[in-house]
Amino acid sequence: MDILNLIRISAKALLRNKTRTALSMLGIVIGIAAVIAVVNLGEGLKQSTANQLSDMGTNLIMVMRANQRRGGVSMGSGNVQSLKVRDCELIAKGAKNVTMVSPVVNSAGQLVNGSKNWSGTVYGGSPDYLDIRKYEIATGVNFTDDDVKKYAKVGLIGQTIVENLFDDGEDPIGKTIRVGNMPFKVIGTLKERGENGMGMDQDDLVVMPYSTVQKRMLGVDYIQQIVCSAASENVAEAAVEEIESILRASHKIPEGGVDDFEVRTQQEMLEMMSSMTGMITTVLVAIALISLLVGCIGIMNIMYVTVTERTKEIGLRMSIGAKNSAILMQFLTESIILSLIGGVIGLLLGLLLSYVVSLAMSMPYIVNVPWMFISFVSCAILGLISGFFPALKASRTDPINALRYE
Amino acid sequence: MSERQSIIKVENLKRTFVVGSEEVHALKGVSFDICQGEFVSIMGSSGSGKSTLLNILGCLDQPTAGEYYIDGISVRTKTKNELSEIRNRKIGFVFQSYNLLPRTSALENVELPLVYNPDVSHRERHEKAQHALELVGLKDRMGHMPNQLSGGQQQRVAIARALVNDPVIVLADEATGNLDTRTSYEIMSLFQSLHEQGKTIAFVTHESDIAVFTSRTIFLRDGHILRDESVTTKSAAEALAALPVENDY
Repeated sequence: MDILNLIRISAKALLRNKTRTALSMLGIVIGIAAVIAVVNLGEGLKQSTANQLSDMGTNLIMVMRANQRRGGVSMGSGNVQSLKVRDCELIAKGAKNVTMVSPVVNSAGQLVNGSKNWSGTVYGGSPDYLDIRKYEIATGVNFTDDDVKKYAKVGLIGQTIVENLFDDGEDPIGKTIRVGNMPFKVIGTLKERGENGMGMDQDDLVVMPYSTVQKRMLGVDYIQQIVCSAASENVAEAAVEEIESILRASHKIPEGGVDDFEVRTQQEMLEMMSSMTGMITTVLVAIALISLLVGCIGIMNIMYVTVTERTKEIGLRMSIGAKNSAILMQFLTESIILSLIGGVIGLLLGLLLSYVVSLAMSMPYIVNVPWMFISFVSCAILGLISGFFPALKASRTDPINALRYE
Repeated sequence: MSERQSIIKVENLKRTFVVGSEEVHALKGVSFDICQGEFVSIMGSSGSGKSTLLNILGCLDQPTAGEYYIDGISVRTKTKNELSEIRNRKIGFVFQSYNLLPRTSALENVELPLVYNPDVSHRERHEKAQHALELVGLKDRMGHMPNQLSGGQQQRVAIARALVNDPVIVLADEATGNLDTRTSYEIMSLFQSLHEQGKTIAFVTHESDIAVFTSRTIFLRDGHILRDESVTTKSAAEALAALPVENDY
């Protein structure tokens, strides 16, 4: 009995009961579609966060305050005042792989322009801040080192703030608005950037000289963060080491002591994000695999029903000379055909689904080819497994009883 | 008749079933020969052991004791797979309830035994099945599904299926049991014409008015052969002609 014949016989049997065949396929279709869609979307999500992070500059290095312990008591990183403007100056002077440095001090505040107001965040930085964070000026000019020295009450505003504080067509440049009680002059607007990978609006900000935020708004002398730009992505690691050694020296941290700061590159952030999205994808794939398993149980169930229902046919086939192995193969082939066709439909459906969703969420559409292969092979294997026991039952039928079966 | 080759040779055949703690002796030592070209009916009431005998003759069951040779081959020592092969090459079955595959054309139903014979090519299978259907007078019904055929036609398809592998013997189990008198006679007439063409046929029945169309009758009772006698064959075609017309439908 050749394979072609086997497939023909099995296909005929499946076609005899189209509705049932379609319904039992549905389980596999949904399972595979779910797996493929989740895997592809997960890949797309990963790519889109990576894209957005690299928009922020892949040679970005951030120095953050670290959790500090004093006598065994955790101070919490928010209260640590370890970073100072002097650290920035030391880095700018000492780290040769670092091209730009800017302190970051931020403060949330109510922005008011006449009758309009908006709650925004003010970021204080050096004139290099915009370049380091890859913000571009839409209109107006950046502030200068001179503005920093004078604690100048000037600022650049993002498009979200422009929209919320100014009328349509109104030019914000030169206007004086208030943040909290402090009035400041708008000297520039920033180009629109949209949301970042985590859904944060990147246009909802005011950028001012750090000294203005420190002295006039917060009344502090420490800074919250330092952002640097490495000369290139390749030297980012070297730059991190330089920064670390400079800061350890400046903070007088002994050999083996715990740093009161933390240096992160954009690359690390990228890895962190991708491990996070990877985890989410894994969980979703696991759920999708469960639905695939349920689909297989469905096929097994149907195959059992089919075997019982066709007892007489099995008896007849045996009486005219079908060997037990031929009967086994016939039912096995049926379940494999069932699962493979279901798998192919599911595959196409999954591709379509992930395409539509990634289009709707404006994410890159990425097809994970290995997973397509994996799910197809697992489909065949699952079909084999779920068909095996019913087929075994069929092949062990006693032809005499089967022929008498009503 | 004695110089003819013996197709089936049964020697002191016994078959015992164990039902619970009880032993049931269905066949208690049966011996007979069926020669090439014979048309034998095996008769007996229910419980006489004729189904058991037929199952053994059809290689669906093995005897508890005794020898059974089909076409010179001893069946007793054969494995399951070898028995399948014997059924496939040497035996043609005709059942009471036709046992055609539903939603499968007459031609494909007839092809079925050849599907399990790797020596027969796709084309050969087709040709043989067509020929067998012609033989039973269903040349113009090849593409019909079983549910588009009458009972008699379905049984003809089943007979064609039994003939397609050119078996040494056709085993019919109450082949007219589901048919009305007229159709029964038509089927018997078909069997008689096959017999005339040299086919060896064993026909199990409990109706004596069907057995008269065969040339030899073996009577079974309680697992023994009661009588084994040649009978004067009645022509089924004549019996058909003698039927009153109002029986027609």
